[in-house]
Amino acid sequence: MSKKLNTNSNVYIIVYAIIMVVVVAFLLAFVSKALQERSDANVAIDKKSQILAALNIRNIDKNEVEKIYSQVIVADCVVDANGEVLKAGNDKDNDAFKMGSKDISENCLPLYVCSINDEKKFVVPVYGMGLWGGLWGYVSINSDGNTVYGAYFSHESETAGLGALITEEKFQNQFQGKTVFDMENNVALSVLKVGKTSNTPEQSRCDAITGATLTSDGVDNMLKVCLKNYANVFKRIVK
Amino acid sequence: MGLLSKQNKAALSEPLNINNPIVAQVLGICSALAVTSQLKPAIVMGLSVTIITAMANVIISVLRNTIPNRIRIIVQLVVVAALVTIVSMVLKAFAYDVSVQLSVYVGLIITNCILMGRLEAFAMQNKVFPSLLDGIGNGLGYAWILIAVGFCRELLGNGTLLGYTVIPASAYELGYANNGMMTMPAMALILVGCVIWVHSVLNNRKK
Repeated sequence: MSKKLNTNSNVYIIVYAIIMVVVVAFLLAFVSKALQERSDANVAIDKKSQILAALNIRNIDKNEVEKIYSQVIVADCVVDANGEVLKAGNDKDNDAFKMGSKDISENCLPLYVCSINDEKKFVVPVYGMGLWGGLWGYVSINSDGNTVYGAYFSHESETAGLGALITEEKFQNQFQGKTVFDMENNVALSVLKVGKTSNTPEQSRCDAITGATLTSDGVDNMLKVCLKNYANVFKRIVK
Repeated sequence: MGLLSKQNKAALSEPLNINNPIVAQVLGICSALAVTSQLKPAIVMGLSVTIITAMANVIISVLRNTIPNRIRIIVQLVVVAALVTIVSMVLKAFAYDVSVQLSVYVGLIITNCILMGRLEAFAMQNKVFPSLLDGIGNGLGYAWILIAVGFCRELLGNGTLLGYTVIPASAYELGYANNGMMTMPAMALILVGCVIWVHSVLNNRKK
């Protein structure tokens, strides 16, 4: 069949390329649209299980996540730095839940209000940079607005076996019971090398990971920057 | 020519052993090191590559007489890229946690030398059915090395297989410890080196 066609002529090559590109573009657009809903649902479930992990509800079945989330989370509010509620978030996954890291600013802070065994807890998202890429996590705080109840961290591309250890429970569990703010309402919660002297009081100090200094510093910095915005929010809520 | 003539059988079986893409041709090493710290991503990666090589080989083989010689590499690349994108979207929808673990490496299948190598060396010259067998053979040849390395690394590095603990707690009480080195890519390189060593010793003995 190709005997008659000169497959090396310019016209043939251009037509061939155009047809190929159009066919592939339509195919990809179709598959992407067809699977969009499913993959969006997966992303939402993943985010919910991360929020639950910060509340020390870990290793739950994928199918249970939605149910447990709706039981535990009372509201996903959006507040400003003074604690003024901007969006009440009664739907539980429409207000704060829909916010990405770029939507968060000083005057637009997500705050998940949760209830575990009838005790009020708050979950706040944190975002920062590690050594190779982004870090993120969720920190849950007791109703006193100052004590950490649990923490969850994850990362884009930290070194496996070193920086990637921030995703392990052993690292995350040491945050439990630590104090976030000091007397002056600054963030005292720190990740420091074992044995390093600093002004940070013992009850706000967590151990860094050996061999992953820059990732640990990234977590430290992420907590300082992100939790700072919430200082007045918690002051007002607790009062 | 029968369905499984001598040449067809060779197309399927050679890449599994004598002409293995990783062990003999030393192609696709990068992803083999990166995704084998656990068994599950290694299996999924192996399967994805098998499916993509087989389908890309078939498509290129069907089109081989129409593809303009001057843009053949571009055509091959577009076919591979489209298939990889589709596989990556399917993984996101149906196996989300695995796709998070594989992260960029699914996308990097596009640049996996095995694919372009097979398309250029085999599918451009051969009929559809042998090309399909060649694609499956090379994919599986890649997959079994990944699975073997993933098996060793997860077992020795974490004491688990597919996430289930297999090393009994009593072993840990006797002083056994997981080897953290196994979770690092450097050990994967050493393991692949060991596989290449054993493989070439066995094959040289046959000769």
